[in-house]
Order: sequence, then C-alpha cells, then structure tokens
Amino acid sequence: MGPTIAVWKFSSCDGCQLTLLDCEDELLGILGRVQIAYFPEATRAEIEGPWDLSLVEGSVTTPEEAERIKEIREKSGLVVAIGACATAGGIQALRNWADVKEYASTVYAHPEYLETLATSTPHSDHIAVDLELQGCPISKVQLVDALLAVLAGRRPNVPTDAVCTECKRRQTPCVQVLGTPCLGPVTQAGCGAICPAFARGCYGCFGPKETPNTVSLAKRWSEMGASEDTLLRAFRTFNGYKPAFREESARHDG
Amino acid sequence: MTDETRTIKTDYLARVEGEGGMLIRLKGNEIEEVKLNIFEPPRFFEAFLRGRYFTEAPDITARICGICPVAYQTAAINSMESICGVTVEPQIKALRRLLYCGEWIESHALHIYMLHAPDFLGYPSAIEIAKDAPEVVETALRLKKIGNHIMTVVGGREIHPINVKVGGFYKAPSKAELEAMVPDLEWALETSLETVKWANTLDFPDFEMDYEFAALDAAGVYPIEGGERFVSNRGLDIPIDEFYEHVVEEHVKHANALQGHLKERGSFLVGPLARYALWYDLLSDEARGAAEGVGLPKVVKNPFKSILVRSVELVEACVEALRLIREYEQPAESSIEVKPKAGAACGASEAPRGTLCHRYEIDDEGIILDATITPPTAQNQPQIEADLRGFVGQFMDLSNEELTLRCEQAIRNYDPCISCATHFLTLEIERG
Ligand code: SF4
Ligand code: SF4
Repeated sequence: MGPTIAVWKFSSCDGCQLTLLDCEDELLGILGRVQIAYFPEATRAEIEGPWDLSLVEGSVTTPEEAERIKEIREKSGLVVAIGACATAGGIQALRNWADVKEYASTVYAHPEYLETLATSTPHSDHIAVDLELQGCPISKVQLVDALLAVLAGRRPNVPTDAVCTECKRRQTPCVQVLGTPCLGPVTQAGCGAICPAFARGCYGCFGPKETPNTVSLAKRWSEMGASEDTLLRAFRTFNGYKPAFREESARHDG
Repeated sequence: MTDETRTIKTDYLARVEGEGGMLIRLKGNEIEEVKLNIFEPPRFFEAFLRGRYFTEAPDITARICGICPVAYQTAAINSMESICGVTVEPQIKALRRLLYCGEWIESHALHIYMLHAPDFLGYPSAIEIAKDAPEVVETALRLKKIGNHIMTVVGGREIHPINVKVGGFYKAPSKAELEAMVPDLEWALETSLETVKWANTLDFPDFEMDYEFAALDAAGVYPIEGGERFVSNRGLDIPIDEFYEHVVEEHVKHANALQGHLKERGSFLVGPLARYALWYDLLSDEARGAAEGVGLPKVVKNPFKSILVRSVELVEACVEALRLIREYEQPAESSIEVKPKAGAACGASEAPRGTLCHRYEIDDEGIILDATITPPTAQNQPQIEADLRGFVGQFMDLSNEELTLRCEQAIRNYDPCISCATHFLTLEIERG
C-alpha cells in the first residue's frame, strides 16, 4: 500500500501544500505509491496515526499549535518542515519584533477573543525536525525529490549553495553588477534563480544559505546607496527570523 | 414533533483553503444556531504592514493566500498606484489581466474538479475519483497546469509570482513567449466548454436564495483585474474609494475573523454567481453560448450551481487569455517609475472567489501608515451562514449524515478561502 503521509497546516497561506497539488505531472504517480492519511485541503478521508511521514506547513503561533506539533512528532516516523513559515516562522514572525497585543488591537475589535502567542516560530524551536525545505513557497523539484527519496529510502538532495550558482548555471548576467541590489549571494538556491532572470534582485524568499556572508553583502548594498532602513527591511521579511538574517537585520535596527 | 436537540457539525472542514469548522444546532424544527467557525490563527498582516515600504505591499500581501496571490498583489498595486496618481499603459494593464486569467484558470479548475466535484460524485476526494475515472482528474490537472503556466510565463512562478510590481512588471514577456501558450490555451478552451456540459450533468438540490449580488464595475469589460466602482443588483453603486465608508467591522467570537453584511439588508454575495448575474452581457460569445447551451439562466440563484457558473468563467478566462495574447505588443518599457506621495486610497480586484479590497495610507517617504484588507470570503461569511440556515430549514428531514455532507457542500459552493480569514471584516455597507 505504500507509506502513509499526513499533510499538516499551521499558521500559513496554504501555498506550500498547494505546491504538492501543483506537481501536476508527478502527482498521480506519487499518489499511486503512497497512502494519503491526512490532507484536509484535498480530502475528507482520514487514516489514524502513526504516520510514516508528516509534511508540516506553517509556523507555530498559538498554544494549540505548540501542543499539536509535539503530538505529530510522537506519531510520525519522519517530520519534514515545508516552507519559510515552517522553517523560519514566515512573514508572520514580524510580530517577534513587536508587541502582539498591540497588533491584535490594530486588527480586531475584541483582541480578547483571540488565542495567540507572542511569537511565530519554526517547528525546529519545538521538536526535532528530520528535514527542512526552505522557500516561500518551496520548490516543486525539491518537494518531489524529497518524496521520492523517502519512498526509496535515500537522502534527499537539498542544495546548500547560493542563488548565484543557479544564475551561473542558467547564464543570467549578474543583476548586482548591473546595479540592482540582490540577496542572491546569501540566499539558498532552489528557486532556479527566477528573480534575476526577470531583471529583479533576489529578495531572499528561500532564506539564508549555509554560512552566508551577510555582512559583506550589506556593505556592498550600502556602497550602492541602500539606506539602513532598506537593509533592515531587506533582511526582515519571509525568513527574517532565521538566525543569519535575524542577526544581520539587528545590525541595521538603529 | 420532538423537541430533541440535534447537532450537525464538522470540526475541520476538508477541501477548503484554511482552517474552519461548522456547527448547526436544531431544537425540534427550530434552528437555534448556525456558525461557520474560523479557527485559522490570525497572522496580523495589517499590523506589520505598517512601517513597511509601499512597494513591498504586493509581495507581502501575496503571502496571505497561496491560492490567489495575484488577487492580493493586484489589489495592492491598484491601491498604491491610485495613491501615487499614476496610470500604467494599456499593454501593462493587458499583461496584468492575462496573469490574472492564469490565476482564474488554475483556481477555478482546482475548485471545480478537485474540491467541489467530489461532493457531487460522492467521493471523499479527487484522489479516489482518480481511481475510478482517472480522465476526470487528468483533465483537471492539465487545466490547472495551463493556468499555472500563464502565471509562470508572465509572473515568474505560479505561487507568489515575482515579476509584478507597483508601476508594472520587472520584465515584460515577448510576444513569442506568450504565443507559445496558444495551443495549450486552445485545448483549455475546448475543455472548459466540455466542463460546462459535464457540470450540467451533476445533480443539484432544489434550492434557491434571494441574493444581493455585488462585484466590481470594470467599465465595460467583465471585471477581473480591477474596477473603479463596487455595485450590486439592489442599487449599491459606490466608487471603490468609498468601500470602507460604507463598511463597519464586527468581530464575532466564533471566528478569528471579522465578517460582512450590508447595513440595511443583511448579507450579500461576492464571487462567480455575482459577477455572472451582474455582468452576463459582458461575457464573450463563447461563454454566453456555453451558458445558453446548458440552459443556464442569466441569474443563477441556486448556490450549488456555482460549479456551473465557475465553469462558464473558466471558458471566459480562456477566451480572454487568447484574446490578450493575440492583441499583445511588447511594451518598450516594462514599468513606469512610481514616486511615493502622501495619501490614502482603496484598490480592488476580482479574486476567483470575489471582490478583494485593500486600503493603504502612506506618507511622503513611501512608508505605510495604515492598511486594511477585506478578502471575499470575509464578505461572504454571513451569506454562507444564511445559506446554511435556509438549506437546513428546507432539508431538515435528511439524516444527520446526509445533512452534514450537504451543508459542507453548501459551504464549498463558495470556494471559501479561510487562509484569508485573518482579516475577515464584518462589513456593513450603507447606501451612499
Ligand atoms: S512559506 Fe510562504 S508559501 Fe509557504 S505557507 Fe508560508 S507564506 Fe505560504
Ligand atoms: S531569486 Fe530569491 S526572492 Fe526570487 S524566487 Fe529565488 S530565492 Fe526567492
């Protein structure tokens, strides 16, 4: 029957789980080899745990979510965190630098109805995660590879180098050399270097690569005319709470 | 008749975007309570947009919803361009509409075949349909893929496109790149015409509601990527900038979300049924022909038939995409420079699920001072509850199991997007 897979949603936009449904060419093939045990966005049917693999989308922002991820960990063979929300806290982690009570009263008339935590955190702050796929949203190629790897019992191929390598591979002229500030040098590969291919600087949606030299990149941006505020905002977006970007943004938070 | 209390309940609704549940309580033949529970946790976009730079709004708000990012990006852009007093050239507008057609095709195909059809065919999901009738799911996936492909060619990728910005696009595609999509789109058009016929073979409960339909008025074209006025079949007709002057928010306890209704008359409906009822005459010959071919009236009041109307809109999106590609000429400049200007304005677009309105206030430096976002499902939520009331009142004799399934289906009629729920506003719209 194939391994059981559960797809869980935490605080998120649903984009990463939609990526699975967007694998139009591979979807039916993969579905034929696994049992979908829980995937409410796609099906009413449920199979009780334990599950061989749990894909976890979204960040932890409520007390209920903090509990739920622990239960999922206990009942899952492998836990794979998918996307910037699940691996870095996502864009909603901007609350981590603010007063969440003030946030709640900005948006809601009765903030007392809400149950929410002061922070938005990745699952790795709560449990041991077996694999993280970065990106806002994740890459289809990496997702399919991770699923096939699980089926074959091999290690998935997750790149650790920078977006720059992908630009070189597709022979996109460096946008930064042409005068457009780009986070590509510090951002993990995986998207296929789409932004530079569209004459846009990378804005870091795949999050920091392994050991990124953010200090030297920030210096380069300053020389190109970027203000401290611009640098602060650039590092504090979808992956702003991931340590490498968090530390760099702090350097510009005056 | 007994006075027994009967509870119809689904803790976690499947095949909708986001986290919600449903609770209906009956006492004898009285409906005591109808609730669409929203427990999707709030993400506070409106709060953290404050202090961000105005050009960041499209990329940030895209992350409210992975199913309709283009709707968010476009509404944000419309608002910012309105504040800054710029108008982009026709070819840029055409590209925006084309990108948006891609999102409609993707989203409608997903909903029709994979989220809604299982209700009609009696399956828990499209995965099981695939076992018995793989061709249905293969059709859905190919249609979806064609929609996604438009978003990739024009927008850079299908989820959270990277190529759109305030002022235009980072890079405009060449005519040849767009023309390469024509054969696929021709197939998609044929297939959507078949989809309308197929949807017409489904069984629909005999149920109608008397709706107030609301949608954007796009000045002579079927509303998709924008519109200057917000209108209804009962006399609502306001400039989009007045959207929130007619809106009062309410925050109800059972929803991490704020909900919407017209002050004088209660709930209203946005989305395919509304666009179709208001702008039937603006549909292409092909789309109108498809509707006529299956005897679909100009105004559809049975919400279960939204699957048919969505199919007609699928035809429309394919026809429009083909026309836009045919008429496209690559602009010399892919964008215009937009300098920030202090001010406030609303911007809206027609998400696959209905009207989406954003309002921003920015300062001279381009810093966002205030943001308000009202997604379609927020506006529809009271109407969804009203439909449930009406439906349960009429079909009380069904078994609990059957009634639960049908009520879930009644919710899915709206293709509700609860991920957007973080800002469900309760809207009250007054007559201007
Ligand atoms: S990482 Fe981005 S795309 Fe994925 S769920 Fe979070 S906001 Fe959506
Ligand atoms: S280039 Fe950077 S911002 Fe653009 S999609 Fe890739 S990782 Fe994301």
